[in-house]
Amino acid sequence: MKLRLAHLYPKLMNIYGDRGNIICLKRRCEWRGIEFELTELDVGAPFDPKAYDMAFIGGAQDREQRRVADDFLSLKGAPLREAVERGLVVLAVCGGYQLAGHFYRGADGEELPGLGILDLHTVHPGPSAKRFIGNVVAEWNGQQLVGFENHGGRTYLGPGAKPLARVVTGFGNNGADGFEGAVYRNVFGSYLHGSLLPKNPAFADHLIALALGQGSLPPLDDAVENAAHSEAVRLATRRRIMRVGGR
Amino acid sequence: MPSPRRTAAIVAARTAAGLSRRLRFGGGTALPGLVAERLDPGIVPALASQLGQGSVLVTGTNGKTTTSRLLRSIVEAAGLTPVANREGSNMMRGVAAALAEAADWDGRMRRRKKRIGVFEVDEATMPQVARAVRPRVVTFTNLFRDQLDRYGEVETVAAIWGEAVAAFPADVTLVLNADDPAVAALREQARGPVVLYGLDDVTQATGEIEHAADARWCTKCGAELEYDAVFYGHIGHWRCPSCGNTRPTPDVRITSIDQTAHGPKLSIAGPEWKVSVHLAQPGTYNVYNALAAAATASALSLGPSAIGPGLLNATAAFGRQEIIEIDGRDVHVILAKNPAGLNQVLRTLPDGDLDLALFLNDDIADGRDISWIWDVDFELLAGRARSVTASGRRAWDMALRLKYAGVSEKPRVANNIATALRKAINETPEEGELYAIPTYTAMLEVRNVLGKWAGRGKFWEGDAK
Repeated sequence: MKLRLAHLYPKLMNIYGDRGNIICLKRRCEWRGIEFELTELDVGAPFDPKAYDMAFIGGAQDREQRRVADDFLSLKGAPLREAVERGLVVLAVCGGYQLAGHFYRGADGEELPGLGILDLHTVHPGPSAKRFIGNVVAEWNGQQLVGFENHGGRTYLGPGAKPLARVVTGFGNNGADGFEGAVYRNVFGSYLHGSLLPKNPAFADHLIALALGQGSLPPLDDAVENAAHSEAVRLATRRRIMRVGGR
Repeated sequence: MPSPRRTAAIVAARTAAGLSRRLRFGGGTALPGLVAERLDPGIVPALASQLGQGSVLVTGTNGKTTTSRLLRSIVEAAGLTPVANREGSNMMRGVAAALAEAADWDGRMRRRKKRIGVFEVDEATMPQVARAVRPRVVTFTNLFRDQLDRYGEVETVAAIWGEAVAAFPADVTLVLNADDPAVAALREQARGPVVLYGLDDVTQATGEIEHAADARWCTKCGAELEYDAVFYGHIGHWRCPSCGNTRPTPDVRITSIDQTAHGPKLSIAGPEWKVSVHLAQPGTYNVYNALAAAATASALSLGPSAIGPGLLNATAAFGRQEIIEIDGRDVHVILAKNPAGLNQVLRTLPDGDLDLALFLNDDIADGRDISWIWDVDFELLAGRARSVTASGRRAWDMALRLKYAGVSEKPRVANNIATALRKAINETPEEGELYAIPTYTAMLEVRNVLGKWAGRGKFWEGDAK
């Protein structure tokens, strides 16, 4: 068995430690004896729609995001859309999540078109608007996802995308509707850094299983993962209670 | 005429400083400066303008503290008396506290002729401090990703610097790292003189650009930069293949480095001088700190007779400060607060079985987002650790990172820093070395605990006066 992962724009979209997601997928495959093949696709590299089981795109600064958008739309867009419709698993985090939507309107009002594989759009309300920064806990599939968000843009879902999770603490997509992330077919978008996958091993395994077309995967010793998960949840929720009760 | 307000501010600041020392609040307390600024918002410009030799600001992501300390030692060797803020207290209030402590009750600076301000300042606060202090020289070390939750994006800091530099009066000298493209770009905005520094010895190149590299895009045209030599992170001999923008020729440079068993031996050359210095500490980042301090001294028209002895005295003191013996083990305390810094630290660790303790906090001063540990190349340590302890508030996150890096399947975890240190020391063989690597707030606690155990309350403040 083999998992073939395409890492989109590792040089440009790599700002918030999102590489942890790649490290996590690699190790969790290797520990199970699943072969793992990583292909890094930067600007200028074409995307072969049949060559991968999963694609990952991380977060970036606004400038890098603009640099990527062109290539994303013109070179990789069509084959990526084709692969998505065929069931390709995609994880898009933060800036990558925004680019997966229809457009991102920046703080300066300039609109950056996205790929539109997720039915959503993102608007930055302006340079003086509050940035959503902090720990997040969100309910997903009867479990909890935990991570850290840091984004100025507010993301609004259309009818073609479902929310990934319900916010327990933190801001999530837009700080108003109580949702975090989005799902369409096997495409998952999220604002969570942390990195997202290492601390949420159930979600990581969900993606691996989907990508390999497996119902379930052999279990691993997740003692450290589970401890990191529950400790992060405890810290995120405890602080919120302290803030509410304190001042 | 001294105003009653100013006198009150100075009295209050000095009382607060004395109190916090007696109560052992530790190195970085902000109270005295906060009090002084609250009582007298004009205190910083008023006192700074009395410094007979003017002021120097040192800013940048990494190396501010060390570069400032080295510079203090150099100006002392030149017979001057530095006024300097305490380590880490690098916002306006830290500068206010340092100035208030050096002033008399009547708001007059004592021994003003020989006084020179040497202030390390926070990257984002630098413009505000510069307006208040009106420095002679501003030194920039480097620009890396650090505390993105606080500063926003790396680009934001670069933009803040560019704007500030363009607004400096024409008599301000900029001291810039030629090897960091983001810092070297500031020369385009400079209205006054510029002193560039760089490492010329390409035998020190490591080859590959690190994952944590940030400024690898041309600041002029946006193309990806090419490197003839990478020293660490995105620091090296860079050039743009597209528009011809290239690393400028440095004015103060390291012509050669001899790596000896006792640390690197540097040959530094200025426009009209040469010095040779032996650093007690390994690591390319320490080489750059010494170089930045030497270039700043050169911008202040100080020569080799101050630079050589100054660097020598200071690095000898660091060697003592950062190692403390507990129960027959040498505990090395090495601050690391961002991917570039920690990657450098990991590269300087010796070969052989390592005993390690990593301390990860997520206070505001550390950065609340700990995602950055996934950008650190901990994989370098895979299979090299004999004992691994993870501690601090985010100890489990660190343990998880170390597990995925193959450093330890199950690191020892203790949130409590004293408990973790005790365990890590017990795991270290007698006469062995323990490498304790904390983030900023964790470092304050690590030093406190070790200081108490060693019976030396303030061992790390060897050069504080």
